[in-house]
Amino acid sequence: MSKATEVISPDTTAPHDEHAHHEHEHHDHIPKGITRWLFTTNHKDIGTLYLWFAFIMFLVGGAMAMVIRAELFQPGLQIVEPNFFNQMTTVHGLIMVFGAVMPAFTGLANWLIPMMIGAPDMALPRMNNWSFWILPGAFLILLSSLFMEGGGPAFGWTFYAPLSTTYSGDSTALFVFSVHIMGISSIMGAINVIVTIFNMRAPGMTWMKMPLFVWTWLITAFLLIAVMPVLAGAVTMVLTDKFFGTSFFDAAGGGDPVMFQHIFWFFGHPEVYIMILPAFGIISQIVPTFSRKQLFGYASMVYATASIALLSFVVWAHHMFTTGMPVYMEMFFMFATMLISVPTGVKVFNWVATMWRGSLSFEMPMMFAIAFIVLFTIGGLSGLMLAITPVDFQYHDTYFVVAHFHYVLVTGAVFSIMAAVYYWLPKWTGKMYDTTLAKWHFWCSLVSVNVLFFPMHFVGLAGMPRRIPDYALQFADFNKWISVGGFAFGLSQLIFLALLIKACKKQGEAVSAQVWDGAEGLEWEIPSPAPYHTFETPPVVK
Amino acid sequence: MSQQSANNKMVIKLVAIVIGMFGFGFALVPLYDVFCDVTGINGKTEGTAAVYQSVEIDESREVTVEFITRTNSGMPWEFRAETKRVKVHPGELNTVSFYVRNPASSNIVAQAIPSVSPGMAALYLNKTECFCFNQQPLDAGSEAYMPMQFYVDPQLPEEITFFTLQYTLYDVTARASDLTTTPNPFMASTPSTGE
Ligand code: HEM
Ligand SMILES: [Cu+2]
Repeated sequence: MSKATEVISPDTTAPHDEHAHHEHEHHDHIPKGITRWLFTTNHKDIGTLYLWFAFIMFLVGGAMAMVIRAELFQPGLQIVEPNFFNQMTTVHGLIMVFGAVMPAFTGLANWLIPMMIGAPDMALPRMNNWSFWILPGAFLILLSSLFMEGGGPAFGWTFYAPLSTTYSGDSTALFVFSVHIMGISSIMGAINVIVTIFNMRAPGMTWMKMPLFVWTWLITAFLLIAVMPVLAGAVTMVLTDKFFGTSFFDAAGGGDPVMFQHIFWFFGHPEVYIMILPAFGIISQIVPTFSRKQLFGYASMVYATASIALLSFVVWAHHMFTTGMPVYMEMFFMFATMLISVPTGVKVFNWVATMWRGSLSFEMPMMFAIAFIVLFTIGGLSGLMLAITPVDFQYHDTYFVVAHFHYVLVTGAVFSIMAAVYYWLPKWTGKMYDTTLAKWHFWCSLVSVNVLFFPMHFVGLAGMPRRIPDYALQFADFNKWISVGGFAFGLSQLIFLALLIKACKKQGEAVSAQVWDGAEGLEWEIPSPAPYHTFETPPVVK
Repeated sequence: MSQQSANNKMVIKLVAIVIGMFGFGFALVPLYDVFCDVTGINGKTEGTAAVYQSVEIDESREVTVEFITRTNSGMPWEFRAETKRVKVHPGELNTVSFYVRNPASSNIVAQAIPSVSPGMAALYLNKTECFCFNQQPLDAGSEAYMPMQFYVDPQLPEEITFFTLQYTLYDVTARASDLTTTPNPFMASTPSTGE
């Protein structure tokens, strides 16, 4: 069981043998200034960089969402040109997926995996530095394309051909280039995670003792190296179709535009699990702590994660029910998709069973975790509705789909990241954050996010199409509410920003090593704040 | 350092997977075509002429074949089927004709792309002659009739009694400019089957 980790010698301050003595030289020496961050190979520094980068991208992508909601506040075209609106939906999606959620999870992996498995650092620290530092470049390229003549990408984050080939602007080349860099970055990150987990576990940290966050990230990392290269292939084909006269996706030249969708979703569906499996890991760490119980069904959690990952490769065409597939293929993808909700249901069941008869307490991380469990399940249910092929013919490309994936991604992935920050932040800074601000942040976010996304189900069912800057009059009232919810959710994140700035200035009460009285695991055995170097001599895990 | 070399070994393996998957992304392209060919689910017909030889005609049943034409956006040609639908016996050779006119002020080269629905039927539609096998140039302002000769394979499953063949005409002038633009022998400037 993961929580059964007892540490005999958590070496943090006192070097015992010669080897540790040698390392002692740079023990307390933390480099100063900008070069610390530019050249750092320390997993904690890199984790911090990733997390701040992700948060900045979250705010930038959020600002774009505000533009979208401002335009949709009323029917008719008032604030932005339709082409600019399309750029906003496209770049919002790309930034949130590749700039916010994925880097935030990578940041958490960097901070936590070495501490959780008793390793001194990631296995490949230099590559770690690179995989972070190419990211800002990728997003600068993507963002600067918005200022090009003709504008940035406007074909949706899914960049379907022929929108991205025949009907796109010259900035498509920049889009392709930036996606390549993002892909390389996350592949390097994934390789690092895998090698670290395989080779750097402390003695006694057997596979089935690994904390679930480590397990889910390991499986995520395998998904990443399996599908990010396929995405790279897809953007490359778009590039050559557009600029070099190939016709992968051009029927006139013998290609097939529908094939684009197959290739894209072969990447795209595993990608959505890349964005949720680490969240499952986080929730599986937090719920037992605040229930003061062992996690219910540890082994079944591991198997459920693995089966979700495997199944995610055979369901991609549920995004393409309306492309004219033969009935038996529609049936296959319908049932395969529904099958995924079985292991997902196992997880939800296990979390609830963990809480069952536990002595619960409701600190901030737990509040976000419970919100996650409830709201993610709503997203799963709308997913099941979408999986029903004949029903999807009505729902496809409407706001119902938008409601579905925002429930799983915002109240799912993003809430889990916030839960993680509230859980581990005191360990990182050594101080308890401002819990009053945290409560404001939680309640404002919780209410506004539902005002924002819940009505989208209804406008979607009533037939409002997604990705349009204007809409029919009967949707006006709902959209007003949705926009109000959107602005409120956006503003609520500024509370989070204030809290984080305060926390980084190390304001607040000092916390113990364990921080939360129910917390178990190696990361809670080392002092708070976590020293710059930890586990230089591996702990022994019993 | 054994840790170091263990790491390196693992990195090499993982990079190999990455490269393999990048290749797999491209391999999906031919795989997709093969899969569609075998299962016939994409409604694509053969791109080369079939040979009509000792095919038995199945007089016992009739199949209705319907023809639909459309032009891709930005393609100015007029394009229509002279015969909208025919009833044929499987195995019997039929000729139908399509009318095209180029109303634009420039010469244009076209490529027709066929698509059969239901897709299964594509496996049993054999064309011995088709304008879609080649690119078709047409001078500004001129018109032409393009023939298409086909037979339905007698193996066609019983339950298919009706299918649709759709042609979409694409403007491929830009792509074709470096090719020869000698008229195709299939192109006739007089109606071959009148209406
Ligand atoms: C019970 C599990 C789930 C089922 C059955 C499910 C099913 C579906 C289906 C059928 C669609 C296609 C809808 C359409 O376009 O008509 C869809 C879209 C989507 N799903 Fe899910 N889903 C599930 C969980 C998730 C999770 C966990 C995530 C991400 C964390 C996710 C993210 C998305 C996204 C981003 C889209 C929209 C992609 C786009 O078109 O832009 N889904 N889902
Ligand atoms: Cu999917």
